[in-house]
Amino acid sequence: MEFTIDWYFIIEKLLLISAVLGISLVVAMYSTWGERKVAAWIQDRRGPNRAGPFGLLQPLADGGKLFFKEEIIPSSANRFLFIMGPSLAMFTACLTSAVIPWGDTLTIAGREVSLQIADINIGVLWIMMVVGMGVYGIMIGGWASNNKFSLLAACRGASQVISYELPMGLALIALFMISGSLSLKDIVEQQREGVWFVLLQPIGFLIFLICSFAETNRTPFDLPEAENELNGGYHLEYSSMKLGFYLFAEYINMFISSVLMATLYFGGYAFPFMDKLGIDGNWLTVLGIGALFLKTLFFIFFFMWVRWTIPRFRYDQLMKLGWKVLIPLALLNMLITGAWILFRENGFNF
Amino acid sequence: MQSLTNRAKPVDRRPMTFAEKLYLPAIAKGMGITLKHLFKKKATVNYPEETRPFSPVFRGLHILNRDEMGRERCTACGLCAVACPAEAITMEAAERLPGEEHLYREEKYAARYEINMLRCIFCGFCEEACPKQAVYMSETFAPANYQRKGFIYGKEDMLIPHPQKQIKENNQ
Amino acid sequence: MGIDMIIFTVLSAIAIASALGVILSKNPVNSVLCMITCFVAIAGHYIMLNAQFLFVVHLIVYTGAIMVLFLFVLMMMNLNADIEPQKRNWLKYAGAISGGALLLVLVAALRDASLPAIQGGGNTEIGLVQNLGKTLFTSYVVPFELSSVLFLSAMIGAVVIGKK
Repeated sequence: MEFTIDWYFIIEKLLLISAVLGISLVVAMYSTWGERKVAAWIQDRRGPNRAGPFGLLQPLADGGKLFFKEEIIPSSANRFLFIMGPSLAMFTACLTSAVIPWGDTLTIAGREVSLQIADINIGVLWIMMVVGMGVYGIMIGGWASNNKFSLLAACRGASQVISYELPMGLALIALFMISGSLSLKDIVEQQREGVWFVLLQPIGFLIFLICSFAETNRTPFDLPEAENELNGGYHLEYSSMKLGFYLFAEYINMFISSVLMATLYFGGYAFPFMDKLGIDGNWLTVLGIGALFLKTLFFIFFFMWVRWTIPRFRYDQLMKLGWKVLIPLALLNMLITGAWILFRENGFNF
Repeated sequence: MQSLTNRAKPVDRRPMTFAEKLYLPAIAKGMGITLKHLFKKKATVNYPEETRPFSPVFRGLHILNRDEMGRERCTACGLCAVACPAEAITMEAAERLPGEEHLYREEKYAARYEINMLRCIFCGFCEEACPKQAVYMSETFAPANYQRKGFIYGKEDMLIPHPQKQIKENNQ
Repeated sequence: MGIDMIIFTVLSAIAIASALGVILSKNPVNSVLCMITCFVAIAGHYIMLNAQFLFVVHLIVYTGAIMVLFLFVLMMMNLNADIEPQKRNWLKYAGAISGGALLLVLVAALRDASLPAIQGGGNTEIGLVQNLGKTLFTSYVVPFELSSVLFLSAMIGAVVIGKK
């Protein structure tokens, strides 16, 4: 079986991949700036405002600082795994963006260019897979440091991520029951024609939201790190850019979860009255990308807003919330969704 | 015991109702509070560009004054040192020699005049005690220093510039 | 040699090398990591067969959940070569003989087996979610339900043991 190689297709995909990667890195970079600004504003401060106008060059300064810091690898650490930990964290953080539809199709020189890297029909499962693989970055880094506190933090992180994967998956199952498709593109197109899924799945959205906080290790669930009361977390022994990779991966994860929430529950690149505006083609696509980014930025802001409002959970509270509240709630949500679908199709006589 | 204010609230130890156990309304309330702070006026002063305004009665670093002819007013009477509750002021007096009339107003002057700014409590009693209007308190505060001895201010730190010399230097 | 042949060869090489790594490496954590690599390579084979659902479920369940638990336990136990108990000699021979016997059976079975799926080409649509779901809930509904009962009982068992 021979494949004929479509060079335009490959170039198109390569360009798209670099664009998506570049955008996620830039957004993650400026999320660090945004985080500090939002934190400052909530605490009645001004935030970074010295490096460049409004402190906009601050992320560059921070990155430069991290690059020039001394690279320390503990002598008792497993060197290979010690370096692999942050690399894996970064790698898995970037993987998810492959299945997200960043926009509708663009028409460039007669070619229909889809703004989605891979429209596989298991898109949402792919995300669950990447979330599951994300644990390895934390665990390997924590173990390879050969420090008991890192190891304990890695265990905290891994159990937290595994525990919250379950309600997240169950919440997503209720979503599939409505959409009938696992492809993210289909899900967005359905919301474009119908209503946003957050209206059909409010409980599911709430569960997904809480779980994404836990999966990205953000406050109130940032127990793997818990810098003030437990210890520095699984990256306790890390310094320089390897530490930067871990922190950066967290921000990329935050960006990707924000995009996911916007895509799955808030219509992705679709916005209300999109098809009644009387414009079509490329401009509509560009507007759609803008809408997606607007929603994403709101969720990124929401992540920060919550971080500077709600204090951290205790570990047993975290586990209790995951296993005893969210999972039963997600199951109940599934049951209700199933009943509702049956009722909609058959009425009372089923 | 009777409370001084009526703001104290007894702790509510009733078991939580279902709505309270959901925590979501409480979380929403907290988020509302932080959102309000987002738009509040910022408390920070952008320091080098703008400085915090002092009140008109602010008492800052001391200065030693000169008269209109540029002569030092201080006569080393020691009243400021006596008035000082923190005992931050020391001085040594010296007699004015002939030919130094353009430097010192009185026949006796302070050869050495020191204020320890770490001891000083900026009460302003020295300013009040001075019979010659030689000590005034300005509107700045002592800048940071690496050593304690840097906070012992001598005459050269506190004496205001000679008005005519200043003009000459500016003209050059 | 087509592109898929090259990918197949590379994936197989990775899978076999990492599988050897699992049994040859001294450090148990390295073994687990090799096993994860092996799983990922095998998942690549599923993609080649157009079995997307199997691919992703394989990664979620095996690499994402089961191997994490393995790693968890191994990291906490801190197994080292010097605290490992000395194995008896006859145990080694017994292991080698039983492993060899299994290999023999596998080779014999594979030699006689006809492989219609491979002759049919890798482009079946049965691995896609929709077709797989329909097949599972029509032709294979009894085994599917039986296995779910098994899972349920395992779950209840886990809860009961956890309660103790």
